[in-house]
Amino acid sequence: MSSEVTVSQAFIKFFTSLKLTVVLLVLSMLLVFIATIAQVQLGIHGVLDRYFRTFFVMAFVGENRIPLPWFPGGYLIGGFLLINLIASHLYRFKITWKKAGIQLTHFGLIVLLVGELVTGILQEEFALTFNEGETKSYSEAFRDNEVVIIDTTDADEDVVTAIPESVIADGDPIQHGALPFRVLIHGYYANADLTMRNSLPADSTPPGMAPNIANQGIGPRIAVFPKRYSYDDNDRNLPVAILELVGTEGSIGTWLVSPMLPMPQTFEYAGRSFRIGMRFTREYKPFAMKLIELKHDVYPGSQIPKNFSSRVHVTALDGSEDREALIYMNHPLRYQGYTFYQFQMDSANGMSRLQVVRNPGYMMPYIATILMTLGLLLQFGIHLVKFTQRRTA
Amino acid sequence: MKRLIPLLLAAVLALWVGMGLKTPKLERESAFHLDEFSRLPVLSNGRIKPLDTIARTHLLSFQGRQRVKNAEGETIAPTAWLLDMFFRPELADSYQTIEIVHPGVLDVVGLSINDGQDKKRFSFSQLESALPEIDRQAKLADALQSAQRDAFQRAIVQLRNRLVSYQQLKFTFTPGDGSDFRTDLVWLQDNVGPAVAAIRARFNNEEHDEALATRAMNLGSAFGHMNDMAGILPIPPQGDDTSDHLWQKSGQALVSTFQTGQVHPFALVYAGLGTAWQDQDPETFNTIITLYRGILDDSFAEQLKKADRENTFNGAEPFYRASVLFVIAMLLAIGSWLVWPKVLRPSAEAVLAVAWFVTTVGILTRMWLEGRPPVTNLYSSALFVGWGAVALCIILERLFPQAIAVTAGSLIGFATLLIAHHLSLSGDTLEMMRAVLDSNFWLATHVIVITIGYSATYLAGALAIIYIVRSRVPGGLDKNTGDALNRMVYGIVCFATLFSLIGTILGGIWADQSWGRFWGWDPKENGALIIVIWNAIILHARWGGMARTRGIMALAVFGNIVTSWSWFGTNMLGVGLHSYGFMDAAFWALIGFVTSQLILIGIAYLPTSAAKPTAPHLSASLDSAKGSNS
Repeated sequence: MSSEVTVSQAFIKFFTSLKLTVVLLVLSMLLVFIATIAQVQLGIHGVLDRYFRTFFVMAFVGENRIPLPWFPGGYLIGGFLLINLIASHLYRFKITWKKAGIQLTHFGLIVLLVGELVTGILQEEFALTFNEGETKSYSEAFRDNEVVIIDTTDADEDVVTAIPESVIADGDPIQHGALPFRVLIHGYYANADLTMRNSLPADSTPPGMAPNIANQGIGPRIAVFPKRYSYDDNDRNLPVAILELVGTEGSIGTWLVSPMLPMPQTFEYAGRSFRIGMRFTREYKPFAMKLIELKHDVYPGSQIPKNFSSRVHVTALDGSEDREALIYMNHPLRYQGYTFYQFQMDSANGMSRLQVVRNPGYMMPYIATILMTLGLLLQFGIHLVKFTQRRTA
Repeated sequence: MKRLIPLLLAAVLALWVGMGLKTPKLERESAFHLDEFSRLPVLSNGRIKPLDTIARTHLLSFQGRQRVKNAEGETIAPTAWLLDMFFRPELADSYQTIEIVHPGVLDVVGLSINDGQDKKRFSFSQLESALPEIDRQAKLADALQSAQRDAFQRAIVQLRNRLVSYQQLKFTFTPGDGSDFRTDLVWLQDNVGPAVAAIRARFNNEEHDEALATRAMNLGSAFGHMNDMAGILPIPPQGDDTSDHLWQKSGQALVSTFQTGQVHPFALVYAGLGTAWQDQDPETFNTIITLYRGILDDSFAEQLKKADRENTFNGAEPFYRASVLFVIAMLLAIGSWLVWPKVLRPSAEAVLAVAWFVTTVGILTRMWLEGRPPVTNLYSSALFVGWGAVALCIILERLFPQAIAVTAGSLIGFATLLIAHHLSLSGDTLEMMRAVLDSNFWLATHVIVITIGYSATYLAGALAIIYIVRSRVPGGLDKNTGDALNRMVYGIVCFATLFSLIGTILGGIWADQSWGRFWGWDPKENGALIIVIWNAIILHARWGGMARTRGIMALAVFGNIVTSWSWFGTNMLGVGLHSYGFMDAAFWALIGFVTSQLILIGIAYLPTSAAKPTAPHLSASLDSAKGSNS
């Protein structure tokens, strides 16, 4: 019995020690540093996945790319810091005026860490791309794609079945209640270039070309060249999938789909009309947004951008909202839990792209800020008073 | 008397700074009213500035200094150089004003260092035959991202850009060939009606005066070429609307002659100045300037005033003069540790105060000129880091009058002004803000607060360096001084933690307000976070007894490395929303600085027998540090 007590005491001692705090702080500093350097290669999103929103930073060793953890990730360090902080406050600290500042600061830090965790899990980012005069009621993912099979039989209503790219990547056959056929995946490339086959020399297989057994739509006329997945934030990965649809009487046909193919591919089956394709994952909104006007100002006599702005009209589908808003640099529109801010612009073609962010935890940093600021002011205020008293003494 | 010496010294130095407000000697002694010319407002890169700024920033970016020598080896005023660029390009082309240091680039242009002034400055005439090759080489390098270029490629692109901007200047007022442009314009003014009729008739295959049509059309295409080539907009709008976006290039203003039937009077003014300069006729030159300034004074009084002030500011060189004062203050402070502390220490303090006052005025003037908060780009952040650190040192020196804070302050003040000088070589430091960085409340506050955090972290590092160096000099550190340093470093680290934390969080609020996310793991954000964490590490290590005096000092010196990485290293990565201050050349300077700081940390941990500590407290603290750092 007594040995159990010692074990738990040892645990408490370990998790409440200031040495652990310093070690964790050093580790977190190193993590932030190496992750910043890694951004040159991976881009911010690659770094988020591989360094911060993970328990271990992995290195891929050897030809078989065996994953080996070589550094604690953001979740591990952050988690230990949280435990360390909370445990210290429970066991080590006594609530006194003298320590109130530190207590408050640390409590704010806890809120901040939890807030970043909430953000990491729940935050969603989309792009809303439209041309002047265009109205959209959905935004599109920056990186994710989906295969859609749309039943267009009913002239008034499309029935959309969307299959996320991650499911396609798994490669297992897919059966869905809304579809009268199964979907078999014969090929999937996370990023690829497409070329028309007739632009290549006939009867030859250029190096790097992937097999393509598509026999329907535009697919047979296309050559697929897979390429490396890009983590560059300015690059968009364009995946390709080769899908066979199999009905009760056997194969209906094999299609090649990719977000790069803008023309819909259509087919008929069992007396119904379908469209098949792959597109950037959409998120439909309970409101529609129309781009009325965009502006791209530069400073006189220079190419330095002064301002980008999009004037939009927001209409809620339930009629509760019908107004105009001006979105410009450092002046986003907040609406229904979304933040729309000016992201990119091609003023020559009248195209504007807004970034759409939803973060349910967005208030937490504000609460943390208030707590930490008060805490620090209190703490250093007490120090300063003592310091000047000691000097005058 | 002893009390008077510091005051007298400060007064003399303040007077020396004030002398900068006078018109520079070269301009004062010229028969031409060069000073009046240099104060004329033009619009360039989004803002109205005096021609003086155009001259200085171009010279700095071409050759790293503002001084020019003409072909006879005489030093001429920057304004005189600019006038030659505008109106006597064949002369200006013979001045050696283009810096080339990369040996590979010299090979490409077929020159050796002995052909150049100071072995590195060459004239446009010397480079002219190599222009096609320079262009070809630069185009090869253009294909690469700037971060991937090697030293030669960076150098050749830089040379090409300098030459482009050099050529652009020549087309500001004339077709750039040194011809008698005024005569052409006067002829056009007298013949514009018939000329337009002749051109129209020629297009309709009707009878016309061929000579008239040809001369007018040649002029028209020269105007068009000027409009394509020039970068500066020197022609203010006529009429009631005087807003900035109505300023025109000379070429643009002259092209409209064919519609209005009237040569733009302001374009004619500059052409007249050009002829007077070509003829070296000061009387006409001065008369035209006086008349022109009189006309501008009606509608552009505000712009004239601003340009005048900026011209005075440029000539006064407050930051150069302050950097001299910082050196004097540092020498006095260090001297006071050896001899006459009662005179030298207050003198150092007084000189530091004057230097700080001069930088304050300089920063305030920049803010007024720009209408912006103090920190808008890397250059102004360097000024502000120094300013903040020196302000802290002035307070510290009052609390601990031991000439330590003055030494640290003048060290940081000088170093940051040196950094600022090197950053200014890339062009106009009062540049316009890109849209993403356009100012608002949270942006302004977070940048200022974080920059003060940088100041404090550097100050803690500088104080720690003083501790380390003095502890290694026999008799260099008595107990009193050691204690004072210990407490100063601790206090400043607390201050740095507070400011860097609050600044980082304010930055998060700005990001949330502007972009909808509080934290984006952008390199600059991460850099700020690392400074916060590092200061927190120092404080926790001290509170936990893991580092005593020597350990804290070593950690504080490492803080210099951390801060430098956040300040400059993150910009060198060239990624992220904050990478507005990207630069190549500073990389090696940063490596050198990091090495020097590591050596200082190493010195702190040299075995104690290598240097004999003299005071008992020091060995005690070193012993205890041994325990915690092993």
